[in-house]
Amino acid sequence: MAEAAIELIGINKSFGAVQANRDINLEVARGTIHGIVGENGAGKSTLMSILYGFYQADSGEIRVNGKPATIKTSNDAITAGIGMVHQHFMLVDNFTVLENVILGAESNALLKSSIAKARSELIRLEREYGLQVNPDALIEELPVGLQQRVEILKALYRGAEILILDEPTGVLTPAEADHLFRILGQLKEQGKTIVLITHKLREIMAITDSVSVMRQGTIVATRETKKTTVEELAELMVGRRVLLRVEKDAMQAEGVKLSVKNLTVKDLRGVTMVDDVSFDVRAGEIVGIAGVAGNGQSELLEAISGIRKAVSGSVTLDGKPIDLTGAADPGELRERGLAHVPEDRHHVGLVLAFEENENSILGYQDDEQYLKGPFLNIDAIQKDARDKIEKYDIRPANCRLKTANFSGGNQQKIVLAREIEQDPGVLIVGQPTRGVDVGAIEFIHKRLIAMRDAGKAVLLVSVELDEIRSLSDRILVMFAGRIVGERGSDTTEGELGLLMAGVEHKEAAE
Amino acid sequence: MSTPYAKLPGWADYGLIPLINLLVAFVVAGFVVLLVGENPFRAAVILVEGAFGRGQGIAFTLFYATTFIFTGLSVAVAVHCGLFNIGTEGQAYIGGLGVAVVCLVFDSVTPWWITFPIAIVASAVMGALWALIPAYLQAKRGSHIVITTIMFNFIAASTMVFFLVGALKPAGSQAPQTRNFLEGGQLPKLNWIIELFGAKIRSAPFNVSFLLALLMAWLVWLLIWRTKLGYEMRTYGHSPKAAKYAGISETRIIIIAMMISGALAGMMALNPTMGDQHNVAIDFVSGAGYVGIAVALMGRSHPVGIVLAAILFGALYQGGAELAFEMPAISRDMIVIIQGLVILFAGALEHMFRPYIQVLFASVSPKSMGMAAAKGGGG
Repeated sequence: MAEAAIELIGINKSFGAVQANRDINLEVARGTIHGIVGENGAGKSTLMSILYGFYQADSGEIRVNGKPATIKTSNDAITAGIGMVHQHFMLVDNFTVLENVILGAESNALLKSSIAKARSELIRLEREYGLQVNPDALIEELPVGLQQRVEILKALYRGAEILILDEPTGVLTPAEADHLFRILGQLKEQGKTIVLITHKLREIMAITDSVSVMRQGTIVATRETKKTTVEELAELMVGRRVLLRVEKDAMQAEGVKLSVKNLTVKDLRGVTMVDDVSFDVRAGEIVGIAGVAGNGQSELLEAISGIRKAVSGSVTLDGKPIDLTGAADPGELRERGLAHVPEDRHHVGLVLAFEENENSILGYQDDEQYLKGPFLNIDAIQKDARDKIEKYDIRPANCRLKTANFSGGNQQKIVLAREIEQDPGVLIVGQPTRGVDVGAIEFIHKRLIAMRDAGKAVLLVSVELDEIRSLSDRILVMFAGRIVGERGSDTTEGELGLLMAGVEHKEAAE
Repeated sequence: MSTPYAKLPGWADYGLIPLINLLVAFVVAGFVVLLVGENPFRAAVILVEGAFGRGQGIAFTLFYATTFIFTGLSVAVAVHCGLFNIGTEGQAYIGGLGVAVVCLVFDSVTPWWITFPIAIVASAVMGALWALIPAYLQAKRGSHIVITTIMFNFIAASTMVFFLVGALKPAGSQAPQTRNFLEGGQLPKLNWIIELFGAKIRSAPFNVSFLLALLMAWLVWLLIWRTKLGYEMRTYGHSPKAAKYAGISETRIIIIAMMISGALAGMMALNPTMGDQHNVAIDFVSGAGYVGIAVALMGRSHPVGIVLAAILFGALYQGGAELAFEMPAISRDMIVIIQGLVILFAGALEHMFRPYIQVLFASVSPKSMGMAAAKGGGG
């Protein structure tokens, strides 16, 4: 085995009484790709933040290339040859690629010489690793995949030998992700060391040499990728056996519950986000909307749920029209049996500062069973919340606890319990398992299938292709605000990927 | 990352931390006293004795506190709806217009216990209407409430001058104020309550509007935490997006919250006018609206906290006056400095010591922080 590029020995890190990292030992061999998987809150990000100097470990030692390293700031990390590509890019949108690359690494107060030096360096990096980007392009004009490439270039420009990538494929199309993996492969061949943090097990299987699984702040196992399976990794992450594939019966769809015709939605700047979209959702089916984030799915959901005004188009619910361009508000739609699990549970679906029971009536605060005249019926609300906690196995089982103190999966269960238990005819769901741990994903998927089997119409938007494919009876693909294709649930990922990248759409336009 | 620090137990959150902040404020104030060449310990003794030492002092402290409870509640109600109402000062001032009109019309006709309820309604309505305009501008036009309410304070001041040197001034009088209210426009004193405990009071303006203030504190608690309206206000205050999602009308909730806030501010006018001076004079609010911001901040926008913080600021006013009298080197401005320091440490720097205390608590007794069941903080 090659010499270790990074060694972490006995790393401990606590926030208050919460131990985010407990006695971590990790060794990453030089010239390999090492994956780190784990549920949300398992301590992956904390560990990498320690390595990159955002936090300092309470105890333990970091060794880079065999030598003990003190990493107190990200500058120390860069000096030690560690570069990081963050999940959310750290780029200045209205700077060019070149300007972003030299940002913070300027050689003197005048930019001219730095820019010239960076230009030749970029050309070299391009040749060496196949990282083509136009150095004079503005960041805001580049697609997400290229922006990520700039992040990688930034790290390499600073002389990084070790690259940490935090959830790099979350915003990419399958094709872009494949391209990224090819680049990572090339970097590896050139002797770079790569640490890949992800929750997508298939990516781990596809490109890593070895993988460590984190659970509750500790590394529970390190495996050679060749010698492990997705099932084993999932089990290690959760600590019990998990069903990765959802089991469901054949669809028994009936009449149309929700019908969308020629819906067009613009954002505040007047840019068309949803462009003349039409589709139906029948009772007893799950319709999935696939697409790369930012192609109008969010706006579509917001318009249908009454949060955002539509410019034109008509929507009918149970055959009766809804005026989405005018006065329709979410409260009215709820009364008519349309429930909505929003994409952003932190700011929209929940008030994190509220107690759990207060959130369990959000949106249903006009419902008489929760009121006594103008007063809240606290007893009824709390009893109702306790029932839902039990039914949905929400932990900790305390309806007086502040919502912010629940984990992502449990927060999502609070939203789902609230919306599903109102027994709506139509359920629209955005990113139901984003930031949710594997164990809860299984539970949430089962609930959505149960809704469908109970004859409800479910509209699902997700950027997780696996989720769309395993849950949906029909799949619509959105690209640039339009629906560019419809497929059955038996479609291949490659086919969806092409649609998501707008390939067919472009051909049609030409 | 989720919250890196877990919750403190309630008594530490609401008791210990404000106490520490207060102590630090006094220590720094002590250095300022030292700087002007006085003994800070003697100054502290004079201040505390002036505020609480004798019945007279207590009565004055509670009189000032009454004013600050109203303005503090006013600010707090708006804060719960995510609105920063700087206009409490002006709303209170205009509330005085309501009091003036009611008292001038009724004081010769009705006894105080009939005039008082009418004046309460009039002052509240005036304050609410004065808050309505900025609220409407915020809700419909997006004009920022902080800017508009500050401007409305100036408009309120000018408006009151207009009335107090004009229509409300008795003919022939030189003073910019109304005529003195007759007995029907004077509120009974509550000094006898303090005298029950054996203290002696010569004369102090502590009056029944204190009871009204306490009643309002209870009603505000009821409103915020026990009614649907309060629930909607809090939802909007924490997350306008969640409010929209929940079908809560932004326009409606902003306007209602601001009008309640304005009504509470307007009621403040009752205390210094009907309760003390028995007239409505120019500049009778004299900054109490701004103190209300500090009171709400320090009281964590909770009615109990506001009552306590109002009493603290009342004590600073009263004790400060004594201090300025006893120690010639310490002027009225010194008191403002001390008040400023209290606001600085208890309000603006409220969270300065929190992390240390949380770490301390976490290491001493992790269980007490309710974290046994909570999941890890990293993510």
